[in-house]
Amino acid sequence: MSLKIITERCKGCGICAAFCPKQVLALSEIEKIEAVHEENCIKCGQCELRCPDYAIFVEK
Amino acid sequence: MSMENLINKYFRPGRLPHIWCPGCGNGVITGCIVKAIDKLALEKDNVAVISGIGCSSRASGYLDFNTVHSAHGRALPVATGVKLADPSLKVLVVTGDGDATAIGGNHLIHAARRNIDMTVVLFNNSIYGMTGGQYSPLTPQGSKATTAPYATIEPAFDITELAKAAGATFVARATTFHAQILTDLIAKGIQHKGFSLIEAVSGCPISFGRQNKMGGPADMMKWQRDHGVMLAAWNKMTDEQKAGKFPIGVLHEDNSRKEYTEAYDELIARAQGGNK
Repeated sequence: MSLKIITERCKGCGICAAFCPKQVLALSEIEKIEAVHEENCIKCGQCELRCPDYAIFVEK
Repeated sequence: MSMENLINKYFRPGRLPHIWCPGCGNGVITGCIVKAIDKLALEKDNVAVISGIGCSSRASGYLDFNTVHSAHGRALPVATGVKLADPSLKVLVVTGDGDATAIGGNHLIHAARRNIDMTVVLFNNSIYGMTGGQYSPLTPQGSKATTAPYATIEPAFDITELAKAAGATFVARATTFHAQILTDLIAKGIQHKGFSLIEAVSGCPISFGRQNKMGGPADMMKWQRDHGVMLAAWNKMTDEQKAGKFPIGVLHEDNSRKEYTEAYDELIARAQGGNK
């Protein structure tokens, strides 16, 4: 598991999904972020860098 | 240190999730502040974070340093008192565009004039977000606000030029899109001995973006990417190319002026030494 998502902190702004170069992330039905294609993650850290809510971390 | 460990070390994690709206850039800037502090390996007890009132100023409540959440516009006078009481402290001021340039505008120019050693991180989201989207002195001319339904006719301050003219000795600008650059600039500002101001351009998707049809949070961040230009590239641009854009990076640095607490210590020594 390379992505750690703290769902309680996520407000569903979608910034991480928009800046993910591999379309790993998407908003769920209840507007929380989830990793839908985690196998494509290249651990670039764009999501962690841009998340305003400290809700997603890349574990290297 | 990983970002998760930084949050656990320098934040009050029990206070999270924070109060800021979905997609608000303030969280990114506050993250950059702790990354800068960690980069400089400062002791938590040697850092004081002073804030005023507004969305941005909530940051002091989430950070685990010596913190004061002061009155509207008055973060700089409180910070000046803190710095004079203990000049060994690294003093950071967290303030917003309305807090720093309207209500606290006078304090800003005089703190800059004195060149007192502190680092102001000015969260510029172009609007009074907390109170419902009234225009501030940094709202771009022609933008809509709840107090300017036909768009504001007032030109905005260029706060970096204002700070420079008032006497600040380190002036820089970055955006939430340029988060790594912002971290470096905050670190440089903290290291600089004298008054430092870092303008952090932030997106307010709810109170500013919605009224001005700027799209969602990610669109506002892309706007910053497309409008913030690194200083080296900016200097090569024609006036036509510069229209609507803004430079980012270290915009002004002057190490020749005396710092205020140093001058004050000299005054004390002179007064106590009895030589006129």
